[in-house]
Amino acid sequence: MTDEPIVLGIETSCDETGVGIVRGTTLLANVVASSVDEHARFGGVVPEVASRAHLEAMVPTVERALRTAGLTLADIDAIAVTAGPGLAGTLLVGVAAAKAYALATGKPLYGVNHLAAHVAVDTLEHGPLPEPAVALLVSGGHSSLLRVDDLARGVQPLGATIDDAAGEAFDKVARLLGLPFPGGPPIDRAAQSGDGSAIAFPRGLTAPRDMREHRFDFSFSGLKTAVARWVEARQRAGEPVPVADVAASFQEAVCDVLTAKAIDACRSQGIETLLIGGGVAANSRLRAMATERAARYGIQVRVPRPGLCTDNGAMVAALGTHLVSSGVPPSGLDIPADSALPVEVVSLAEKVA
Amino acid sequence: MLVLVVDTSTPAVTAGLVEVTDAGNQTRAVRVTINARAHGEVLAPNIAAMFDETGVRPSDLAAVVAGVGPGPFTGLRVGLVTAAAFGDALGIPTYGVCSLDALGAAASGSGRVLVATDARRREIYWAVYEAGVRVGEPAVDRPAEVAARVGAEVQYAVGDGAHKYADVLAVPVQQEPRYPPVSALAELAADRILRRAPLERLTPLYLRRPDATVPAGRKPVLQ
Repeated sequence: MTDEPIVLGIETSCDETGVGIVRGTTLLANVVASSVDEHARFGGVVPEVASRAHLEAMVPTVERALRTAGLTLADIDAIAVTAGPGLAGTLLVGVAAAKAYALATGKPLYGVNHLAAHVAVDTLEHGPLPEPAVALLVSGGHSSLLRVDDLARGVQPLGATIDDAAGEAFDKVARLLGLPFPGGPPIDRAAQSGDGSAIAFPRGLTAPRDMREHRFDFSFSGLKTAVARWVEARQRAGEPVPVADVAASFQEAVCDVLTAKAIDACRSQGIETLLIGGGVAANSRLRAMATERAARYGIQVRVPRPGLCTDNGAMVAALGTHLVSSGVPPSGLDIPADSALPVEVVSLAEKVA
Repeated sequence: MLVLVVDTSTPAVTAGLVEVTDAGNQTRAVRVTINARAHGEVLAPNIAAMFDETGVRPSDLAAVVAGVGPGPFTGLRVGLVTAAAFGDALGIPTYGVCSLDALGAAASGSGRVLVATDARRREIYWAVYEAGVRVGEPAVDRPAEVAARVGAEVQYAVGDGAHKYADVLAVPVQQEPRYPPVSALAELAADRILRRAPLERLTPLYLRRPDATVPAGRKPVLQ
């Protein structure tokens, strides 16, 4: 099909400068320049360090994406960019760049929601999303359950973390265990040789009282502290810390709560599709547990491949082509970068004068 | 040669269109919005408004000139990434100009001038100029330190930082220029534009390191 829109997507909500190019639901390019190595010694992403890296990487990353796709800007139908949520300073670099590319080329601009883009990216791998669907988005900055009735216009929050994001808990526990940042991959690896039932770590917001008020919310702060107490008690007693068992038991606790609440959300809403996205969706245990549990209830689980789960420009471009195809109006050149953009706002439409 | 000029190193979100020729420069349009917190919202619409006003199309541009600071980081990056993206999209060169130099070149009093812009955190970005030419490197310091170091050798001061700290600097402050003027930014790059110098990577003058400290040992949770 030649009439499918081609969109260039720009993502700078955290530490990855991502530029992707998508035609319809076909991925043409997905180039990511990450500043993660510059943040490792700080144990977390430093916004100013990330913002500086975005400025340096922006134009070279756009050029690499165009070369990869074998296209020029003249072939692009629209520019999409993450307008939020995310880090204010890093978002602004991408938004300003996208506006300049749109203005210089005369192409429409779409300022889009980062969380909706994490949902949209799955269409590149598994085709159009059956609607309604429940989306579980878990990363270093977000842990949300969403109901997606219409990816172009209708996304509703069901619940979210009330303290740490799931990925943040992985980072902090990794540090505690002497594993590198970011903590997701090394914990996943360490857990392979550990016993996930070795230590009974707490499952946040699953007590009967919490399930009344916070049925679809998450809490990982107490889990993180419980792991710290357990490890410190071992160290004080002069005993070795069984890293593999701690990693596996921590990971089991996180995945247990995430999948239980996600499936509860699907069942309570009568929804048969569960989509999992965000960097933590790359976790092997989460993928396996979700698939196994969902199968019991006839729920179909969709998880994009790990390279599309972490922040990237292709997800922004994928949402962009969906918005163009759905006839959603573009954004004005005056849109802000909104670090707290509500999840219901899939795209920033042009202001009505 | 028609040139797009941007500077976001100060609260003045600045954009201009300037015709640069061997015979001199002509400013075709200028948009300045004073708003220290809206660089990202304001710059692109202002550029679009200049295109509308003049009938200039982006493809008419031959180069982009950007003030590279020093300036508060977040706003500064808006201008630089805008300039870089315009240059990339249109396949035209980008040239950087130290934003303080534009103020120094536009200062019209006699003698040495202190150029100072607001660096926030009770500091100023500053440099000293003689006949429009910078003496030394741009720096960021407390106004009192700047006064002690160069107060005796300058005859007057310009820039919004000089206005804000006029009493501490104890140097006569001229009303204008207060922010980097479009005409001066273009003029300082005119030579490079006219001889079609190779494009320059726009490197911001941050003058400060990011605020980040390597965490000390983790605090134990057990009492």
